[in-house]
Amino acid sequence: MNVDLARWQFGFVTVNHFFFVPVTIGLAFLTALLQTTWYRTKRDEYLRLTRFFGTLLVINVAIGVVTGLVQEFQFGMDWGAYSRLVGNIFGAPLAMEGLAAFFLESTFLGLWLFGWDKLPRLIHLLTIWAVSLGTLLSAAFIMAANSWMQHPVGYVMVNGKPQLNDIWALFTNPVFLWGYSKVIFASLVTGSMVMLAVSAWQLRNGKDREVFTNSARLALIVLVPAILFTLLVGDELGVIEARYQPMKIAAAEAQWTTCQPCSFSLFQIGGGNNDQTPTEIIAIPHLLSLLATNTWNGKVIGLTPLQNQYTQQYGPGYYVPNVFIQYWAMRVMAYGGMVALLIALWGLWLIRRKKLATSRRFLWLAIWAAVLPFLMNTAGWFLTEIGRQPWIVQGLMLTKNGISPSLSTTWIAISLAFFVVLYAVIATVDLLLMLKYSRKQLPPARAEADADAPVPAVQY
Amino acid sequence: MGSLVPFWFIVIAFFWTGFFILEGFDFGVGMLHSVVGRDDAGRRAAINTIGPLWDGNEVWLIVAGAGMFAAFPGWYATMFSAMNLALVLLLGALIVRGLAFEYRGKRDSVRWRRTWDVLLTVGSLLAPLLIGVALGDLLHGLPINSSQNYTGSFWDLLQPYGIFTGITLVLICLLHGATFLCLKTTNDMRERSWRVARSVAPFTAAAVVAFIIWTHVTHTNNFFLNPIELLAVLAVLTAVWLVYDHHEGFAFAATTVTIASCIVAIFVGLYPNVMVSTTNAAYNLTVRNTASGAYSLKVMTVVALILLPVVLAYQTWSYYVFRRRVSRKEFLASPAPKLQPATPQGTRNPPTTTPGVTATSGD
Repeated sequence: MNVDLARWQFGFVTVNHFFFVPVTIGLAFLTALLQTTWYRTKRDEYLRLTRFFGTLLVINVAIGVVTGLVQEFQFGMDWGAYSRLVGNIFGAPLAMEGLAAFFLESTFLGLWLFGWDKLPRLIHLLTIWAVSLGTLLSAAFIMAANSWMQHPVGYVMVNGKPQLNDIWALFTNPVFLWGYSKVIFASLVTGSMVMLAVSAWQLRNGKDREVFTNSARLALIVLVPAILFTLLVGDELGVIEARYQPMKIAAAEAQWTTCQPCSFSLFQIGGGNNDQTPTEIIAIPHLLSLLATNTWNGKVIGLTPLQNQYTQQYGPGYYVPNVFIQYWAMRVMAYGGMVALLIALWGLWLIRRKKLATSRRFLWLAIWAAVLPFLMNTAGWFLTEIGRQPWIVQGLMLTKNGISPSLSTTWIAISLAFFVVLYAVIATVDLLLMLKYSRKQLPPARAEADADAPVPAVQY
Repeated sequence: MGSLVPFWFIVIAFFWTGFFILEGFDFGVGMLHSVVGRDDAGRRAAINTIGPLWDGNEVWLIVAGAGMFAAFPGWYATMFSAMNLALVLLLGALIVRGLAFEYRGKRDSVRWRRTWDVLLTVGSLLAPLLIGVALGDLLHGLPINSSQNYTGSFWDLLQPYGIFTGITLVLICLLHGATFLCLKTTNDMRERSWRVARSVAPFTAAAVVAFIIWTHVTHTNNFFLNPIELLAVLAVLTAVWLVYDHHEGFAFAATTVTIASCIVAIFVGLYPNVMVSTTNAAYNLTVRNTASGAYSLKVMTVVALILLPVVLAYQTWSYYVFRRRVSRKEFLASPAPKLQPATPQGTRNPPTTTPGVTATSGD
């Protein structure tokens, strides 16, 4: 009971936090690109776009930062036994994240926002790049920590406890290298799809159509390679996970028996945790073999043989993750990615035909497509984290053993309820503000004569 | 590598101290912004004195927590689990407070801004209060069993010493925030900050003296105060004198030393324990029985020694960039920032010498 509640709480606050993280990573990078363009071309519309999207970035960063506080504390609050056992390994990248990334991000965001009229233009441009670098570094450290939970490396067992003995192993962990790349590309997809959606709304309803054509074009130019790389890296990550966490991949296909070669079913009827013989709709031959092993005829071991193997290795227990969630999370992610790619390619084609600003049908679709990356990101984390269960650290510690022994059910229930209510309120406020500022008019253009005058700072 | 264990205790104490020095005046400004700023422009001016800085200051708390996680996992696990619900409240306070800065000015409605004002004030009050209770509890002790697990209830966290530590920290933050506002505002607001500082100072001094004595008797039977405790008492008395004598910069320096020495006094009192067990002194958590392995500490030491000077350098630089006073005038004209040519902002010196702010209308 306690474990379930604590898992609900961790999942709830983390999924919520990760609505904002990829937007921050993506938009910080795109805003830095916009400001760089302004710095180089001195064209006023890029300054106006920088300020416009900078405001959206800040609204989003605010909530990302405060929900990030919860992330930092809750390992100790709810998962005390876990923290005690692995803190000497898992804690290291977290502390590095604070020192290397959070200070950078927060200090330079303050300098960027309030420093418009106080810093030379080049220095001021560098502050937004420092913010962007901070977001990228932050993701690197937390992904190194998370990847260690998926595939623990760089430690020795001393008196039954894992002790760090090679910090580099954490940063050369194949799960980290591919997982981190995936997060960064997915964040660029998220940021650029948000920018595209906002620009599309402005192109349909706003006044400054020429200006927003620029941001729509920039968003698409970033989006196309980002989504392609997300798909490619995702495929390679699947192969890595199949090697270290075969349960995860078998569950993602609801593959109970070993297969070779293996097909990928587009849909299934039935299935889930208790139905081992679902009706598969349109099975694409060899596709699962390709996804899981990168070979045409690769073998994927089924859930049942894996379960038998794990019982022998780790003792009695049920080691199969939630098959229903794995199966559908995989499909939401994959199909969402395909749809996003098609939208991006359509947009690219419209740029070539010079119809981007006028195709109302595309613009309408681009607005609603902003929902896609959030669904895909959430599904991706479901696949990663629920697929790791029942382990909190793969092969080392079970989730049920990681919880703080001193917690009472009442405590966890109260804190869960508290966070649900609080997050519901702040997420609503954030969404309303994002919508409001997405629909605002651009700041007015400056007179030619003022081109060299200092730009006023942002103030609270 | 044994010497790295005490070194990391010092590092953790350093982060907590840095956090309170910096975020201490942010808390103070948060609590006082509606007192010092009488209208919306005034409140905005007060908030903008810490606008570019508060977020970077708050990272000190995150790093203090994450540093404990990495260097003393046992301490982090026991403390954060024991204080679960208190920390939930603290997180709530920090969340609404952080959002208040960013969101308050994002709508023109009076009700919207008043709501965020209240949340900012309450959040800034609750945060130092709750952290104070938590730090006080470390030294006073909590029911902890032989396997380093907390065995008490939520109410066991509310020890008189812990609560008094919280109240003391709130009072210091108020004074620290007031002396900061004296340094950073102009005209009427500056006057009001002085008035607040004068009325808070005696209470802060009384609380600090009592807190230091209570801290002293909690951790030792020795009659004489140790140097850091003595420093805290001297610093707070000096602060009172400087506040009444109207020494702007020095008063802020004195409140800085006060808040720093109070936090250090707690950690000095603790060492070599990190959490005292009221169940049995043999179950005390110490730096030794909660520390990470030698290799982890070595890695973290290298990382901290490389990064910390860099962090301190750019944070100092950002304080230099935003050294100017913030005037209420800047916020009278436009409710939201517009992309028009800049007007001169802020003033380094008192009003009469500054072109941007004429002394005629006051605030």
